[in-house]
Amino acid sequence: MSVLIRRHASFLLLLPAILLLAAFFILPTLQLVGLSFEGDAGAMTHYSRIFDRPVYVQVLQRTFLTSAATAVLCVLIGYPVAYRLVTGSNRTRLVLLALILVPFWTNLLVLCYGWLIVLNPQGAVNTLLLDIGLINTPLPLSGGIVAVLIGMVQTMMPYLILPVAANMARIDNRVLQAARSLGAPPLQVFLRAYLPMTLPGVMAGALLVFIMSIGFFIIPAILGGTRDIFIAQLIEMNINKVLNWGFAAALSTIVLVTTLALYAIGVRWFRLGSIWGQA
Amino acid sequence: MTSSRKLDHAVTLVVILAMVMMILPNVIILPASFGGEDYIIFPPRSFSTKWYHTFFETPAWQSATVNSLIVAVCSMIAATIVGTLAALGMVRLSQRSRGLMMSFFLLPTIVPTIITGVALYGLLARTGLRGGVFGIVLGHTIIATPFVIINVVAALQRMDMRLEHGARSLGASPLKAFYYVTLPIIWPGIAAGAAFAFLTSFSELVLALFLTSGATTTLPVQMWSGIRFEINPTVAAASTLFVVVSCVMLLVVGLLRRKGERTA
Repeated sequence: MSVLIRRHASFLLLLPAILLLAAFFILPTLQLVGLSFEGDAGAMTHYSRIFDRPVYVQVLQRTFLTSAATAVLCVLIGYPVAYRLVTGSNRTRLVLLALILVPFWTNLLVLCYGWLIVLNPQGAVNTLLLDIGLINTPLPLSGGIVAVLIGMVQTMMPYLILPVAANMARIDNRVLQAARSLGAPPLQVFLRAYLPMTLPGVMAGALLVFIMSIGFFIIPAILGGTRDIFIAQLIEMNINKVLNWGFAAALSTIVLVTTLALYAIGVRWFRLGSIWGQA
Repeated sequence: MTSSRKLDHAVTLVVILAMVMMILPNVIILPASFGGEDYIIFPPRSFSTKWYHTFFETPAWQSATVNSLIVAVCSMIAATIVGTLAALGMVRLSQRSRGLMMSFFLLPTIVPTIITGVALYGLLARTGLRGGVFGIVLGHTIIATPFVIINVVAALQRMDMRLEHGARSLGASPLKAFYYVTLPIIWPGIAAGAAFAFLTSFSELVLALFLTSGATTTLPVQMWSGIRFEINPTVAAASTLFVVVSCVMLLVVGLLRRKGERTA
């Protein structure tokens, strides 16, 4: 008996976690996928409804385009931050890390409420602009795609910065020194040596931001308008208001398949998943 | 000025602007929570502590806070036990199977919580368990366990496993070797994982929206209705509490990490 336990020790230790996930995460998710194929007019009832109605196609487009825009903006803003995080002095690094990790571990609702205070017609930005006379009427900053994008970029930024910084920290500085000593100007060193070497980190970060953005619910629900809704809001509506479980299941399946496919690509090619160890 | 100096200044400018954006919503909550107006206005026209009074004296906010603490502590305990066991199993696997196992255990952080929530809602509704504390603790344990696994695996990888093997070869039982040798070395990792598990559950909204009902309403759900249905700065007072909790937790985890690196 004890020999048996010793031989299978690792399996026995893993068993509670595997059972927990299998019974209460994998199984109900598979049941949801199964439900999406049960319709009055055949297995594809709900799916054909999604792709036949322009309203729903628009929701899909809006979600995927906004997620892609979030990923691009995070790369543009986050890349220099990651660079400073790796190359800065000890104090700079500590301050940057704190400023990145505090929002990362702050309740999303708090961040959204903070952005409402900043972007509202009577919020901080509008008050400031009105006071210095730059505008005469408050800008409609909140309640639309701009506010959603600002909120998403801010909350997703750590998911970009941390993998990119990890990648940059692994770079051998002698390569850059060699390029410089051979007479390459700074821009050339960056474009032809540094950027290509940091590209795997950028790809991992951007992919992660895109994946996490697809399923966003809280940010578009609070910062977005009532008309420009995202997939997650459509799912919630169909569960809580319309009570159309089949339709919600089909939408969930589309999100699930996209997310998992991209995650698999990320794990296979970009070492996705190592980021949580740093946060 | 040389072009590389200019570039350096440009980078600094972008970094400063980015960092202002990162911390702005956290920072603005504090002055907003002391405003005297009944709606969102910044800067506030008058000073008042009435939203803190509302927060601490209204039964709905009180019970939501207590519910959240109960749920977060239960989820933290469950996730810490399950996650630590899994991490101990993981380090005994080969490099390749460990990576595969980790990708599997990270799934709840990748799959959008809206989907996990709807799926678990369906399962619990069929068994009549939806709305109780059990359901929400279960949901939060699922999404919190990965953070425990990551932290404990990291602690175990820093540790010299020959110490445990030495204890075993000197005749200690596996339990004794774990309790007297491994645990004293990896406990900062376990504690950091537990802190993140607590924070994950304490802040979580989407699962709670699907899995709680009136009596089990958690603090984030209460804040959600505060933001959506009654624009009311009590949310700002509650938010300040969250910001404080997050900062304290991060500080604790930072100290634990440093301690973990020293003991290992």
